[in-house]
Amino acid sequence: MRVVLVPLILALLVVNAAAQAVAELRWGGDAEGGAPFVEADPRDPTRVVGFDVEVAQLLAGGLGRTARFVQVGFTSLDPAAARGDFDIGLSGIEDTPARRARLAVTIPYYEFREVLTVREADRGRFRTLADLGGRRVATLGATLAYDMLVAAQAELGVVPVTYEDDVHPYSDLALGRVDAVVLDAVLADRGVRRNTGLVNQDADLGVGYYVGVLAPGQDALRDRINGLLRAGMRDGRLEAIFRRWEMWNEDQPRLYARVLAGESVELLRTAGSGSPNAWDAARRYFPALLQAAVITLILSCAAMALAVAIGALIATGRVYGPRPLQALLTAYVEVIRGTPLLLQLFVLYFGLAPLVQLPAFMAALIGLGLNYAAYESEIYRGALQAVPQGQLDAARALGLTDRQALKLVRAPQAFRLALAPMTNDFVALLKDSSLVSVITVVELTKQTSIFAANIGSWAVPGALCAALYLVLSLPLARLARRIEKKWRQA
Amino acid sequence: MILDVRDMAVRRGGRLVVDGVSFAARQGELLAIMGASGSGKTTVLRSIAGLDPLAGGAVDVGGVSLKAGVTPRGGVRRRLHRSVGIVFQFHHLFAHMSALDNVALAPVHVLGRPRDASDQRARELLEALGVGSRAAAMPHELSGGEAQRVAIARALAVEPAVLLMDEPTASLDRARRDDLADTLKQLTAQGRTVVIATHDEEFARAAAHRVIVMSEGRLAREG
Repeated sequence: MRVVLVPLILALLVVNAAAQAVAELRWGGDAEGGAPFVEADPRDPTRVVGFDVEVAQLLAGGLGRTARFVQVGFTSLDPAAARGDFDIGLSGIEDTPARRARLAVTIPYYEFREVLTVREADRGRFRTLADLGGRRVATLGATLAYDMLVAAQAELGVVPVTYEDDVHPYSDLALGRVDAVVLDAVLADRGVRRNTGLVNQDADLGVGYYVGVLAPGQDALRDRINGLLRAGMRDGRLEAIFRRWEMWNEDQPRLYARVLAGESVELLRTAGSGSPNAWDAARRYFPALLQAAVITLILSCAAMALAVAIGALIATGRVYGPRPLQALLTAYVEVIRGTPLLLQLFVLYFGLAPLVQLPAFMAALIGLGLNYAAYESEIYRGALQAVPQGQLDAARALGLTDRQALKLVRAPQAFRLALAPMTNDFVALLKDSSLVSVITVVELTKQTSIFAANIGSWAVPGALCAALYLVLSLPLARLARRIEKKWRQA
Repeated sequence: MILDVRDMAVRRGGRLVVDGVSFAARQGELLAIMGASGSGKTTVLRSIAGLDPLAGGAVDVGGVSLKAGVTPRGGVRRRLHRSVGIVFQFHHLFAHMSALDNVALAPVHVLGRPRDASDQRARELLEALGVGSRAAAMPHELSGGEAQRVAIARALAVEPAVLLMDEPTASLDRARRDDLADTLKQLTAQGRTVVIATHDEEFARAAAHRVIVMSEGRLAREG
C-alpha cells in the first residue's frame, strides 16, 4: 500500500507544484494613477510599484499564486472587472453602492478622507464647498469626489470640472484655472507637495474606502480574499505596507477594528449612490446629458465655422499665394494632419499654459477649429482646382480681376463641389469633439462616461448618448442633401 | 485699322504654336481664319483676347497694344477687355448663374454700371439675339445654339469694338448656321468687327468678307 501511495503523493505534489508555478492572480490597475497607488518602477519601468502592488502581492501569496499586473484605464476598471479581464481590480477603487450592486466587492482595506485643496491666498475665503458657489472645482471623473461635486452643484452652485488624471487638477489650481480641488487625501497630499502655493483645508467633506473589485459571481474567490485581508489587518502586514508608503494614520486601526468585528461600513451618500436601477439613473442624469449635448453642438458649430474660415484662407493662399506662403501653408496642413488631435489639444491647453492660459472651452474651440481647418483647406483647394479652366478664361476675357474671378465665379462653383465633403467633415467633427474631454470640457461623450461609471453600466447611457449624437447629425446630413439637390436642379 | 496683328508668335510648352502671323481687320469687317485642327487659329484668338501671352510680335486692338513679354494688367487689361469680346467654342457660360446673370456680370463688376440698368440691357441683348425667353434658364438647361447666343450676348454686353468667335458653327445644325450668319451680318452692319476661327469652309466663304488660312502655326494664304 505504502509503496503505491508514496509515488502517488509525490506525483500529486509535483502536479500541484507545477499548477502553482503557473497559477497567477491577474490584478487590474492603472499605472497612470501613479504613486502611491500603482506606478512604473523608476528603476525598472517594466515593473510596477505602489501600495496596491504590495496588497496584490500579499493576496497572491495567500492564494499560493503569483501576482501579474494588467494595465487598465482607471475609468474602465469596472467594466473590465465585470468582463473578467483580471481576477481582481486594485487601484484606489472606491466603495460605492453601484459597485456593490454590480460587482463582487471585497471588504475595505483603506479609509480615506475627501480633502478640499485651495490656493494659499484663498485659505480664509474657501473653507468648505459652501464657500465655492459659482466657482470651478476640479476633481477626477468617476469618483466619489465627483459625485459630491455634482450634489454640491445642485445645492450650492459649485461648478464641477472633471479631469482624466490626478496631476492636472492641482497644476490648474496653481495656475488659477480652477478655484479648488476635491480629491482623496492621498492625492491631495501629493498635489500639495508637487505644486507650490496650495494648501489642504481641514473641512471634513466625508470619508470613503478603497476596495478590490471582482467579476459578479466570483463570491468564493472574493471571500477567500476577504479572509486574507482580515489576516493582513490582524498580523500587521497591511499596516506595514501603508507605513512604507507613508499612508498610515489613526483612521486605519479604527477601520480595521470595525471590519474585524464584522461591522459593515457606512457609505458616503452622494448623487451617484442612489438606486442602482439604470432607468432611475437615466432620468437623473438625462438633464446633464442634454446639457452636454448642447455643449457638443455649440462647440462643433463654432469650431466648424472657424475651420471653414481659416480653411478657405489657407486654400486661397495655396492656390494664389507666392511660393514661400504656399510652402508655409503646406507645412501647416501636413503638420496638423500628421499629428494626433489629442496631442494638439494637450499642447494647446496644458503645454501652452505657462505662456497663455486659454479657458478650456476656448482651447477646445481653437484646437478643433485649427485641426479641421487643415482638412477643410484641402477640400477647398481641390474644389478650386476642379473648377474648369474655361470658366476662369471666360471671367478673365470679360475683364474681371483675379480677385473678382475668385469671388464671383471660382469660389461659388468650388463651394458647390465642396459641400458634400464638408458635410462629411462636420459630422466627423461632431464626434471628434468628444476628444476635448481630455482638457476638462464636459461634452456629450464625457458626460456619458461619467454617467456610465457612476451607475456601473454602459447599456443605457451608451444608447442615450448614441441617440443624442444621431439627433444632432442626421438633420444636418439631410439639410446638406437638400441644398445639394437644389443646386443640381438649379 | 481696328485690329492689327504683326508677326505674332505664341509658345506653348516650349513649342511655337503660332509663328509669324500678320493680318489686319477694319471696322465692320467679318474676317474668317480657316485651318485644320491644331493649325493655331484658336491660339491666335486667345492671344488677341489677352488669354495667351505673346512670345513675339505685337497686336493693336481698339487702341490697346499688346507686346511680347508684357502681361496686360490693371488699366491696360480693362481697356483691352472693353475692346475685345470672345465667344469660346464651348461657350464657358458661368455654370452657377442664369443666362441673364451671365450677361449682366461684366457690366456690373467691370464697367461698374448699376444693377438695374445692366439687367435691362442684358434683357435687350438676349431679346435681340432671340433668346429673351431663356433669360432665367441656367446654362445646363440651354441647347447648344441657345448657349452660343447667350455667350454672344455676354461678350457684347461690354460693347467691344471687336468680337472674336471660336468655331461658331460647331454646335449648330444647318438652319441655325444660317441664323448665325444673319446675326453676324447684323453685328458687322452696326460697325462691329468680327473675327471667327473655323474649319467650316462653306460657312466661312458664305458669311465672311475675307478669309485667311492657317497651317501649322503660319499664315498659308489670304483669299
